Amino acid sequence: MFRYIVRRLLQMVLTFFGATFLLFALVFANQKDPIQALVGERPVTESQRTFLTERYHLDDGFFTQYWYYLKGVLTGDFGTSLTGRKIVDMMSDAWPVTLRLALIAIVIAATFSVSAGVYSAIKRGGIFDNVSLLLTLVLLAMPIVVIAPLFQLIFGIQLGWFPPTATRDATFWQLLLPAIVLACIVIAPEMRVTRTAVAENLRADYVRTARAKGLTRMRVIWVHVLRNSLIPVVTLIGVDLGGLMAGAIVTEHVFNIPGVGFNLARAIRTEDGPLVVGFVSILVILFLFINLLVDLMYAALDPRIRYE
Amino acid sequence: MDVLPGVDPRAPLLEVSDLHVEFRTGYGVAKAVNGANFWLSPGETLAILGESGCGKSVTAQAIMGILDTPPGYVTQGQIKYRGVDLLKMSENDRRKVRANRIAMIFQDALSALNPVYTVGFQLGELFRKHRGMSRGDAKKRAIDLLDQVKIPAAKARIDDYPHQFSGGMRQRVMIAMALALDPEVLIADEPTTALDVTVQAQIMGLLADLQRQRNMGLILITHDMGVVADVADRISVMYAGKVVEEAPVYDIYARPAHPYTRALLESIPRLDMKGQQLSVIRGLPPALTDVPKGCAFNPRCAYARDACRQDPAPPAYQVSHQPHRTARCHFFREVIGE
Ligand SMILES: Nc1ncnc2c1ncn2[C@@H]1O[C@H](COP(=O)(O)OP(=O)(O)O)[C@@H](O)[C@H]1O
Ligand code: SF4
Ligand SMILES: [Mg+2]
Repeated sequence: MFRYIVRRLLQMVLTFFGATFLLFALVFANQKDPIQALVGERPVTESQRTFLTERYHLDDGFFTQYWYYLKGVLTGDFGTSLTGRKIVDMMSDAWPVTLRLALIAIVIAATFSVSAGVYSAIKRGGIFDNVSLLLTLVLLAMPIVVIAPLFQLIFGIQLGWFPPTATRDATFWQLLLPAIVLACIVIAPEMRVTRTAVAENLRADYVRTARAKGLTRMRVIWVHVLRNSLIPVVTLIGVDLGGLMAGAIVTEHVFNIPGVGFNLARAIRTEDGPLVVGFVSILVILFLFINLLVDLMYAALDPRIRYE
Repeated sequence: MDVLPGVDPRAPLLEVSDLHVEFRTGYGVAKAVNGANFWLSPGETLAILGESGCGKSVTAQAIMGILDTPPGYVTQGQIKYRGVDLLKMSENDRRKVRANRIAMIFQDALSALNPVYTVGFQLGELFRKHRGMSRGDAKKRAIDLLDQVKIPAAKARIDDYPHQFSGGMRQRVMIAMALALDPEVLIADEPTTALDVTVQAQIMGLLADLQRQRNMGLILITHDMGVVADVADRISVMYAGKVVEEAPVYDIYARPAHPYTRALLESIPRLDMKGQQLSVIRGLPPALTDVPKGCAFNPRCAYARDACRQDPAPPAYQVSHQPHRTARCHFFREVIGE
């Protein structure tokens, strides 16, 4: 187990350098005029130009520039947005609310898709299975840009069950509807994978053994089958986090939640290069950690990986 | 342990009569078992012998009540344990028969054990769920069991996972699991097929020892006639879902009464036949969705005549009373007389 963790950590460090390097290269290098790339299509004043040149060490060589950028990321110095605010301050406002939103969404999605997936697999071909297949197809076909305003309109405004928008110190209650919207984009695949995994495991030899041991059906499914079936589901939940972050951009925009997605959307729209780079750098690091977490959970679920 | 209603300790241990099992699949109805009959007494070993696909495992699963339903259904027959028909029991009572009264060992222990739980957990679970023991007590009993099946350093290995054991050791774990609750009947479905020859002998030896100590009835399922000669008391030969011959082991080896048994015996490689052509049974077993009319063996039988190709199929003729022998062949006298 120890060797497994060390190996994963080493991989993570390598990926960190690779990913940040790529991000940096895409934004700064390979551009005729990096400053224009940073500020977008609008005119650049001479003072802005000097400031940005100094800030990103544009007069130095490429690797030196990368080094300074890396140092900034690691010490939490992301510089200033084109709006003049310190990016670190914007982040400490934005990240907590987005993390809470994502967490609520993941919990909703995982709980719902695992229980529905297991039930579907047990009652293969039944009414529940067919109806849920239909619903997942509908969900899959609906992009988040449709779901988000639709849910806001129906459940937030017309029915008034949930608050239609959120504030900076959003309560759990305010985040619930956007979290459900966010969960909708991952529920369909997660549920299908759970169903497939459970259906497959139900046919496995060890299930026959468990039944021959005189265990109850409940125990056979929720203890023996589920633990095996969760292995692919956990992987998928990890992967889905990417989709969740992309979905957060739209959801936060629609529900007016001042989180990462909201800021990122605005930064992209106003072509605020430094802000985009800052947020995306943190996103990269977050993804690395989540991948590590997924792999550790993987090992916790499957001893064959642990003792490899 | 819960007392099962209607169990009569003086009634025969296990009696299977006229068992029919079919699988209803998209390709048609596969009649996997078509009227299997046999019985088992305490301390006795009954071997069920037959080519792959003849319905041995399905019969065992039907006795355990662990058929995959759907597609598998028991359509006819009785399975009596101590006088009670298991097929008429409530699912909850039936569940208590499993592992407590009738237990089963599977062919491939690697896939038959759950890969994500320790062997200690999988053994201890039996004591916790059937006997209400605490985790600690269950673990002690599990270590005891591993000792009984002669796994070295049982205490150290109790927290290992199935994939950390060798094939032979894994099958010992399976045996331990089957014997945990002192069942009266043990069904072993090809317990050594997946193992090396040397390990095979050890596992068979262990099974025979444990059976003697506990006076268990053992049903040994195999497709290997070589395996059964040493350990079995009686043999039931299965073909296309029917028991075609039933006899004590000595008699069946000395004078088979069914052409299929005879052909099986001739296919056993022997040391004194070195260099000679092995006789294999020509043709293939019938597709279970389309069993031939009359005697199911007729397309492959050297003795077949017109009567064999017409319904009704040969009944289980009484070959002799002392010992009790039956054969489903119209011409068993001819076969046995040679
Ligand atoms: N789960 C299943 N689904 C469909 N058919 C099955 C299933 N299990 C067994 N069968 C059918 O029953 C027949 C007998 O199988 P089995 O009892 O496993 O043979 P064996 O004598 O080799 O143990 C097979 O040939 C197959 O057609
Ligand atoms: S009944 Fe006929 S076909 Fe069947 S085994 Fe006997 S001789 Fe062969
Ligand atoms: Mg089999």
